[in-house]
Amino acid sequence: MYSYNDFDAAFVAERNKQFRAQVQRRIDGSLTEDEFKPLRLMNGLYLQLHAYMLRVAIPYGTLNAAQMDQLAFIADKFDKGYGHFTTRQNIQYNWPKLTEVPDILDALAEVEMHALQTSGNTIRNVTADHFAGAAADEIADPRPIAELLRQWSTDHPEFQFLPRKFKIAVTGSPNDRAVTRAHDIGLRMVRNDAGENGFEVIVGGGLGRTPMVGKVIRDFLPVADLLAYVEAIVSVYNLLGRRDNKYKARIKITVHENGLETIRDMVESRFEQIKPGFTGFDQDLLAQIEHAFAPPAFKTAGTEGYEAARLANPAFRSWTDTNLTAHKNDDYAIVSVSIKKHGNTPGDATSDQMRALAQIARDYGHDELRISHEQNVILPHVHKSDLPAIYAALRAADLATANIGLVSDIIACPGMDYCALATARSIPVAQQIATRFDELKVEHDVGPLKIKISGCINACGHHHVGHIGILGLDRAGVENYQITLGGDGTEDTHIGERAGPGFAYDEIVPAIERLVLGYLDLRTDPEETFIQTFRRLGAEPFKAILYPEKEAQNAA
Amino acid sequence: MPRTFTPKVVTANALLEGDAVWLTEDNTWTRDMAKAELLTDEAHADLRLLEASARQDEIAGPYLADAKPTENGPAPTHFREDFRTRGPSNYPHGKQAEV
Ligand code: SF4
Repeated sequence: MYSYNDFDAAFVAERNKQFRAQVQRRIDGSLTEDEFKPLRLMNGLYLQLHAYMLRVAIPYGTLNAAQMDQLAFIADKFDKGYGHFTTRQNIQYNWPKLTEVPDILDALAEVEMHALQTSGNTIRNVTADHFAGAAADEIADPRPIAELLRQWSTDHPEFQFLPRKFKIAVTGSPNDRAVTRAHDIGLRMVRNDAGENGFEVIVGGGLGRTPMVGKVIRDFLPVADLLAYVEAIVSVYNLLGRRDNKYKARIKITVHENGLETIRDMVESRFEQIKPGFTGFDQDLLAQIEHAFAPPAFKTAGTEGYEAARLANPAFRSWTDTNLTAHKNDDYAIVSVSIKKHGNTPGDATSDQMRALAQIARDYGHDELRISHEQNVILPHVHKSDLPAIYAALRAADLATANIGLVSDIIACPGMDYCALATARSIPVAQQIATRFDELKVEHDVGPLKIKISGCINACGHHHVGHIGILGLDRAGVENYQITLGGDGTEDTHIGERAGPGFAYDEIVPAIERLVLGYLDLRTDPEETFIQTFRRLGAEPFKAILYPEKEAQNAA
Repeated sequence: MPRTFTPKVVTANALLEGDAVWLTEDNTWTRDMAKAELLTDEAHADLRLLEASARQDEIAGPYLADAKPTENGPAPTHFREDFRTRGPSNYPHGKQAEV
């Protein structure tokens, strides 16, 4: 894992010192809220419905046990004993006091963490495949590139006042688990005919008010050109991006309004212009960073115990069936720890659970943890012989839910339970759907299905790319939920289509139940997943299930 | 006919804790919305908001929120304002835990 050098440590310490003084000036009244707001946002501090909220970056979703322990310590000392993992691989604390935020930032710095650029119109925390460095299907670990981008973008003088926020995601696998096509820039590692690694560069994707699938601006970019090329894209955007209208300010609109060809020409010419300035220092730096991400020393041991435990314990077997992913080392597995226990808040972990995860990572996981954009925690490197012990430890921490990728593994943004921008709640809807399907005992039969819920049009809950998306709105002063169908966040990114009129708060869970159970009658066989059935049949039969009255009228 | 004015309260977030507070008649900030001053006149409401906005070292982000009179005092009319009087629905945190 990357470790701060002296420069990083001094930089973060200096920023924390500055922010402490800014907070002091806000409290004594010498700064107004209007003056203070951009300063606090630069340091990840929001003011929400019931309290301040601090968004802490977990760069490319990677952290070690000591860092997880510190997150638990902060949750206990400064918050209400829990944290919320988000769809951008961050952790949010929902209840910090303004006076204590500088101390929290110092506590984070002790373990080489920060909240820089988790907000504001800058380049945000770079996200990456949460299986990076472990996945069997991976070409190369994308995290060194993500770390290089983090260092380059942090406090980059040219990019502190972009027209709008700017999000970059990177994946090293052909199977896209980082939703790269829904980012301002998506980087997907590919290998060319000569066997060299490079990136497919995708630009102008994004969800929110105007969802758009990113477009390929370069099929193959050599790794050595990456930084200069990304810088060229951001500087073209910085110039062209609309500052007159907040809703048209993201690069997806810039690309849409100017056309991909124009943007590509401008980026290429800017790239040629700045490329000579990248004289190789970035590649030296990248080589150092790569060194820090060397794979752990995998152990050699038999896996018979694992097979025997699978045979002996059906609950363990069920968990291994849903929560494991193939590791590049055959004797290893990637464990997805579900932070989606039925009825709980998606992505919320208590401090005890964080400490348990840290201990498991220390004991069995080469000291590594990941946060996924699906709001779960990953143990990327686990020897199969350790799985029974890990399962037992997870059970003891109430973290052994076997539901990864199933109906109850729901992404939900904080919604109107916390977020000041929300138009409706999302958490209770997720809780109720998960509880209901647990009662019905059908989710394993239903199989892979992604439900994603956002509490407003900003789409932090990625509802557009959910197989079933739910968007909470305020319709004439009451909560109303719109369903979208057929979205997909993988390499075949697809924006879901609106099913029809929205549902009231007490109608949405029954509507989802109808929809999912209805799918069971539509599929050809248990192997055909929800999204495959949707692709085969289109939206109509699903709409008929959702709106039976309308269907009856049509038939009459 | 002049359009009818929906009664309002001045509300904001407390500077240090960040939680919801409401302006009372005697110019203090209360954490109980029922104790807030109900503003039934538009010009007076605008004036009270201006006065509240000047108190930068106590609060952040003041605005006028719709409210209705009840026996106990002003109450929210919109669900967002209702949540602000209580706290989140997934945990017993915030104001609902304090009463
Ligand atoms: S989608 Fe809307 S409600 Fe949900 S976290 Fe984002 S801004 Fe808040």
